[in-house]
Amino acid sequence: MAIDPSRVPRFGHGSRVPGWDEAADLTKDPEGVPEPATTPVPEELRARIEEYMARYPDRRSAAIPALHSVQEHYGWCSPEGIVQAATVMRLTPAYLTAVATFYDMLFMQPVGTHDIYVCTNISCSLRGADDLFAAFHEHAGDDPDFNIRSFECLGACDIAPMISIDGDYVGPIAPDEVPEVLDAIRSGEEPFPERQMKNRKSTDPNA
Amino acid sequence: MTETLLLKDIDEPGLHTLEVYERRGGYEALRKALGMSREEVLHELEVSAIRGRGGAGFAMGKKVSFLPKGQMDKYLVCNADESEPGTFKDRELMQKNPHMLIEGMLIAAYAGGINRAFIYVRGEYQLPAERLEAAVEEAKAAGYIGERVLGSDLSLTMWVHRGAGAYICGEETALLDSLEGKRGNPRLKPPFPANQGLYQGPTLINNVETLYTAPVIIRMGGEEYAKLGTQGSTGTKVVSVSGHVQRPGNYEIELGIPSRDIIYGLAGGPPEGRSVKLWFPGGSSAPVLTGDDLDVPYDFDSMAKAGSMIGSGAIIVADDSTSVVDVALKTAKFYRHESCGKCTPCREGTNWTVKMLERVDSGEATPMDLDIMAAVCENIIGNCLCVLGDAMAMPIGSMIAKFRPEFEAHIEAARARAELVEAVA
Repeated sequence: MAIDPSRVPRFGHGSRVPGWDEAADLTKDPEGVPEPATTPVPEELRARIEEYMARYPDRRSAAIPALHSVQEHYGWCSPEGIVQAATVMRLTPAYLTAVATFYDMLFMQPVGTHDIYVCTNISCSLRGADDLFAAFHEHAGDDPDFNIRSFECLGACDIAPMISIDGDYVGPIAPDEVPEVLDAIRSGEEPFPERQMKNRKSTDPNA
Repeated sequence: MTETLLLKDIDEPGLHTLEVYERRGGYEALRKALGMSREEVLHELEVSAIRGRGGAGFAMGKKVSFLPKGQMDKYLVCNADESEPGTFKDRELMQKNPHMLIEGMLIAAYAGGINRAFIYVRGEYQLPAERLEAAVEEAKAAGYIGERVLGSDLSLTMWVHRGAGAYICGEETALLDSLEGKRGNPRLKPPFPANQGLYQGPTLINNVETLYTAPVIIRMGGEEYAKLGTQGSTGTKVVSVSGHVQRPGNYEIELGIPSRDIIYGLAGGPPEGRSVKLWFPGGSSAPVLTGDDLDVPYDFDSMAKAGSMIGSGAIIVADDSTSVVDVALKTAKFYRHESCGKCTPCREGTNWTVKMLERVDSGEATPMDLDIMAAVCENIIGNCLCVLGDAMAMPIGSMIAKFRPEFEAHIEAARARAELVEAVA
């Protein structure tokens, strides 16, 4: 089986879609652009989204940056946050939801505070990334603080197998080093500073 | 090769700051370009015959010349959504030398009469995006980006736009949709972006590495640049070598050198006692080659003749300890996940292929399934709006064609194992 059904988050009614067992109210109008007067938006969030909108000839271009900002503010693309972004951008929440569901880095469900992306694409998996991903699952799969995901090629095959911790690339990591990595993150440190991408001195692997 | 052009100063500490970049001769090519006429700059780019480094290999100079002339909003989009599995050249360049990209974009914008530029960086690239954003701010403060750059008639705005994790957004029209704030679905072509691209305006889209080459071409002259490499594939190229090699990394090579020199010479080849079983010459979308093809020269035309492609310049090597079924399954699963779902052959074809490969892996398949898989691949190629489906079909098709006995043996062995388990239970 490609997908393990027990690991797919589902609602009580058994579906991944919220409210699928409730009949649609056909007499109700579709949700329009939220009313600014009655939708409070945190000032900081509004300022950021407005700054993004000013960069583009079309305000809709700011959709992804705005959703990133919502995610930073609330930890995920919460319905409340999407309505607020829609208020600022003068779009319907449905438009932003449609965009958010397309992209892998925008989360429609609450996730752990630390994003750990394990690259499991070809180059990394040739060097043992599947075992590394399994080790992360074993050690922290049920830890609500971590958002552990196997990810498409992260573009760092020179340090394969590698992971991205909240955006910082580090590698290579062996499966038995996983507890050390997790402990470092828990205590707010950078695991393996010498193997962090940003600390690497040389491009040339022969150097 | 005697000297590198793109990776020359790459390890200079602090190269990502304007101060160090200028000390190393940065923005001199821009000054030189602005001293020339737009036509002369375009001519240099055309004479250099540089082909796009993103995957399709289209001549850059030609692409610029397709832009309509005249006064209107024209757009330059730098495709920094480097997601092709095995490719990490753009990341290295952007995180260490962001100013050179800006310089290249300024030169391209000048040649094409462009006034708005965007850099679309993939969401996962945090460090490169931060460095680029800082570099753009520095360049704005220093007067390289803005109104009437260095007193010339080039005026340009530039923004770094961060994506949110979607392989398909590396496809140029999907990237434009994503940049317009939509789901990243590819568009029907024609109209091509040069006529109707971003916000329906004329748009030039180039890969990061292609734009990095613009300052090099201006500095040394198009004709001189064209002397490097082969006739059909001029210049140098940064190749990312990964997988089962001893020294994975980025190497700048002159196009046309034997592939063996890259895999064995530069990257050290597979570990002791192992040999190359199969390799992708240009990212996981390229048809695979085997250990017998190591002497194929690494350039666009020779690779095409050998039945594969340079693509993004990512060489992924798998040694003889690798099961080809595993590689095929991994590849197919990736494309299934990344298919945007707009076109049926790709959306369904990638899913069917994964299901059939899983049957192969578990021993439930028959050799006939291999024929069905090959037929599915044939029905994907050329039948979608973009080449994502083709990018799965080509490597999978080539693996089945080249390693069919191994697929068949794998089915037999897996079935025997399954029967044994059943008998014991």
